[in-house]
Amino acid sequence: MQVVNFWLFSGIAIISALLCITRRSPVVSAMWLVLTMFSIAALFVILGAQFIGAIQVLVYAGAIMVLFLFVIMLLNLGRGEPTDLPGRLGSLIMLGVGAVLAVELWAVTRIVPDGAIRLPAGTMESLVEQEGAVGAISDPLFRDYLVPFEITSVLLLAAVVGAVVLAKRRL
Amino acid sequence: MTPELKGFLLLAAIKVVVGFGGLLLAVALVTWLERRQAGFHQDRLGPNRVGPKGLFQPIADGIKNFIKEELVPADADKFLFLIAPALVFTPALLLFAVIPFAAPLPVSFDFELPVVGRFVHDGVMPMMVADLPVGLLFVLAISSIGVYGIVLAGWASNSKYSFLGGLRSSAQMVSYEVALGLSVISVFILAGDVTLSGIVENQQQKLWYVFPLALGFALFVVSALAETNRLPFDLPEAESELVFGYHTEYSAMKFAMFFLGEYAALITMAALMATLFFGGWDIPFTTWDESEPSLLKTALTFGAFATKTVFFVFMYIWIRWSLPRFRYDQLMALGWKVLLPAALSYLMLLSGAIWALEQLGIEQGPLYGFILCIVNLPAIYALFWVIDSGRLVFGQRLQRRTMN
Amino acid sequence: MPAVQQGPELLGSALAVSAILFSLGVAGVLLRRNAIVVFMCIELMLNAVNLSFIALAQQLGREGHVFVLFVMAVAAAEAAVGLAIIMAIYRHKQTVNLDKVNLLSG
Repeated sequence: MQVVNFWLFSGIAIISALLCITRRSPVVSAMWLVLTMFSIAALFVILGAQFIGAIQVLVYAGAIMVLFLFVIMLLNLGRGEPTDLPGRLGSLIMLGVGAVLAVELWAVTRIVPDGAIRLPAGTMESLVEQEGAVGAISDPLFRDYLVPFEITSVLLLAAVVGAVVLAKRRL
Repeated sequence: MTPELKGFLLLAAIKVVVGFGGLLLAVALVTWLERRQAGFHQDRLGPNRVGPKGLFQPIADGIKNFIKEELVPADADKFLFLIAPALVFTPALLLFAVIPFAAPLPVSFDFELPVVGRFVHDGVMPMMVADLPVGLLFVLAISSIGVYGIVLAGWASNSKYSFLGGLRSSAQMVSYEVALGLSVISVFILAGDVTLSGIVENQQQKLWYVFPLALGFALFVVSALAETNRLPFDLPEAESELVFGYHTEYSAMKFAMFFLGEYAALITMAALMATLFFGGWDIPFTTWDESEPSLLKTALTFGAFATKTVFFVFMYIWIRWSLPRFRYDQLMALGWKVLLPAALSYLMLLSGAIWALEQLGIEQGPLYGFILCIVNLPAIYALFWVIDSGRLVFGQRLQRRTMN
Repeated sequence: MPAVQQGPELLGSALAVSAILFSLGVAGVLLRRNAIVVFMCIELMLNAVNLSFIALAQQLGREGHVFVLFVMAVAAAEAAVGLAIIMAIYRHKQTVNLDKVNLLSG
């Protein structure tokens, strides 16, 4: 069941990612990317990360992609320009590069993590059972990774200020 | 498949059908309620011809929408134009899946069917379609994707009014989602849990969150109004400016789907208010509902939940027919300059107060709620003072002085 | 609710899917000339990396989940600033075609 679901959502993710990079109109591209992100969220849930799956939909599908759509519409770029894709030679070369990369990465995935650092099977499941889907992540986040977490907030603040400065015509 | 799994799946299927069927029925009734209540507020009758008190009006409207002509504007993006209504409708229905609408029901059966085999279930059945471990986060996530339908409808229609409506709604939804999420975090802090069943259970045993989180509730109501595009925040479909906003070009069933999606979202938001802040299916001033689950208890708690939800639906409609529409810059200023800082500082105040109460060793209970309620009062006053900025209270005083 | 059955090892396949998605993102960045689409492909690459983090977290511990949260925060910041830059470019040149934005190439 889990395997079937996994390959179903992987298939949707890959096909819609493919459509995302080949559609001419940016709006349609963005919608296919939203579908990709949804199926990746489903993959997260299948891989035992329910919290991250919900956050994925919330942040990527709910905020970032809406922002993209907003900018596409604001600049009125919805109808694609014919010059968007380079010539046949260019796309062949790029697809070749992509294929080589895929094969390379696929070979990398054959490497299994060293037995010494692997957790015993079912550790994550029992953790989630004990502390809840959110507790299992908040515990390391607010203990071991507190400083990086705080620094992230500074980064976000800087991004807010930067975006306002860039987008505003006159301060 | 084991008989237990089959029994579980059977129950899940029944819950899906009954839950969503009930929601759609409620949507039909709310469209009737909206028009009758609007009539009441404006001192007229409202629809009263079809059936007793006009109760069958939604059916007549449905038939009318079925037999109308489907129009697709020239140069519209056909595919996106077609799926946009479904993208509004589906998230609104999906949200209802995680809301617990009654106390758990004891169900046990063991029977055998000729082809499919034996079904077994023994134990209590939670009265919600799906009890997800990430409950409320699912609500936030799914409610944030409802905006796609509106944006795409606006863009695909190839009409400037629709386009402006779509543009407005995308900016509005992103802005108010932040305040909505932050006001819900106050519930997380107090409950220590994100599953809706856990939140209801916690409120049932201790206290309703509307008292300790009064300001959080107020922020939630305001941002929920904006999230569902209801007046006074219905800028995406402002009739007097944009014809009908993002669904200007839609007709017949596609229009009806936008309409149904809007009312389904309204009911879900009302149900969420009841669940998060008013104890969900908890019946106040009684403790017997903490006893063993039974059929009577399930029925009564469902009644309590329905009463609370209908009250908030009523409040929504009341607000719609009482308040004028905001100007767009006022809407953005309210979202970013008032609600967001207010929600953030409220979270700091609240977590400080909860930490202090924990240090003092006060358990969650009536006293705890009372102290937090007291803490809320100056915050509410400060927020009111900022929003008012001397207009209402001091304006009246000024008026009185000049009159004398 | 019956207990969720322990699934078989999906690590290898998840990493493979992540690799495919990542290379699709790379291909998109190299192929497309519309700045916004290029930017969306970068988001796709980040998502692919997140997928491999989650897949590995099942065996190597929950720190992978924490890391994904950080990646998302950085992606959100990046999207805000990047889109603001694109809007500034559009205001100057009336286009977001990357081939036409060539002030530095003389």
